[in-house]
Amino acid sequence: MPIRKVMKANEAAAWAAKLAKPKVIAAFPITPSTLIPEKISEFVANGELDAEFIKVESEHSAISACVGAAAAGVRTFTATASQGLALMHEILFIAAGMRLPIVMAIGNRALSAPINIWNDWQDTISQRDTGWMQFYAENNQEALDLILIAYKVAEDERVLLPAMVGFDAFILTHTVEPVEIPDQEVVDEFLGEYEPKHAYIDPARPITQGSLAFPAHYMESRYTVWEAMERAKKVIDEAFAEFEKKFGRKYQKIEEYKTEDADIIFVTMGSLAGTLKEWIDKKREEGYKVGAAKITVYRPFPVEEIRELAKKAKVLAFLEKNITIGLYGAVFTDASAALINESEKPLMVDFIVGLGGRDVTFNQLDEALEIAEKALKEGKVENPINWIGLRWELVK
Amino acid sequence: AESPFKADIERAQKELSEKMTPGAIVYIPGSSVINKTGSWRVFKPEFNRDKCVRCYLCYIYCPEPAIYLDEEGYPVFDYDYCKGCGICANECPTKAIEMVREVK
Repeated sequence: MPIRKVMKANEAAAWAAKLAKPKVIAAFPITPSTLIPEKISEFVANGELDAEFIKVESEHSAISACVGAAAAGVRTFTATASQGLALMHEILFIAAGMRLPIVMAIGNRALSAPINIWNDWQDTISQRDTGWMQFYAENNQEALDLILIAYKVAEDERVLLPAMVGFDAFILTHTVEPVEIPDQEVVDEFLGEYEPKHAYIDPARPITQGSLAFPAHYMESRYTVWEAMERAKKVIDEAFAEFEKKFGRKYQKIEEYKTEDADIIFVTMGSLAGTLKEWIDKKREEGYKVGAAKITVYRPFPVEEIRELAKKAKVLAFLEKNITIGLYGAVFTDASAALINESEKPLMVDFIVGLGGRDVTFNQLDEALEIAEKALKEGKVENPINWIGLRWELVK
Repeated sequence: AESPFKADIERAQKELSEKMTPGAIVYIPGSSVINKTGSWRVFKPEFNRDKCVRCYLCYIYCPEPAIYLDEEGYPVFDYDYCKGCGICANECPTKAIEMVREVK
């Protein structure tokens, strides 16, 4: 029988790693993710997890050790956040290019400067082109579940790409919630052993990994990585379906909430989806035709699902904890690209919220609604980007 | 002297596929020998057999290795792979190797 325990998302991630039985874990501590390797090292020290725990001197080394271990053919795990993830940047491309299904947990945290340890998504969003799949958890249970699902998809022969699972710093990483820990046997059935056919070390089968590719071959390699990410869309749906069958919890790339008959649909990711749904309930009671959508899978970007969602709304309003300096929020930008050739599309507005751990309150959502309503009424959007909850008196 | 890579070259030419593999993994060991790096050369080692004392220093120092020894112990230069680095000429105690500009 699965047991229920009260735990932080960091602990849930460590439990997920324990259940997935990686053979090598290499990690370096960083706020807010430190507890994850701490907890895993406890599991290893107690003999509850049979794995090599490598203490490294930086995040660059942590992910490099995972690349080495994964290239040798074993399941690996690591965790980091913010500056640590940024330091991993170059190796992230290597993990994807070498098609190593490493899974990594991220306590989504703002990037310096100024230094800030609190929540936004800038760290993972900034890695969106690396070839890693990206999942975002709304709560601690999702953090655990999505790590298991990430392994399932990453190790699928049709995919073979690394995956990161993000959950909001402090809001989830350090907040306790009841979490169901699935039975080990069922997880074993779900994941199976990692038995790669491509990347493993065997003296009887000498191979070259991570070799040089001249202009005559590099582009083909990049194409196959892109193609694998495209294939991941279907594999993710299959993994979600199998997960639901085995564990009873349903996941979708985009989860909709009260979107039927909605004029304005607010789109977000992570823990903000919880706040948003509660606020939608309140607004529905007040007579507003609003709905919500939560993006669980950001890479591969759910293009088809965004198109379906767009058909249901007159205004799509994005609430996102990241900003591309020089443009808009990344989720808005990607969704715009998904809809660009649709003959009919909703108006789109972007709301930059909650950077560096600023709470996103109902008042702020009301402010966003006012702007979205204005767009709906006027039938146009002059400037799509809106900074919500900003203390204007400090910057004007 | 015969190239020690002969078997590798033959195998790679026969079995190596250009088809992209997941992770761009190369499954034929030693297949890099099909890339004839001799075309990178600017200076070419020219060997004067009369000056050679068969000390083998060129053979030992060649980083490729693109110098083999013939039956009598004299060096043979494999211009398919010699990149013209000049180490052999530099190490040769009797100046039996001279680097001359490639003319193409």
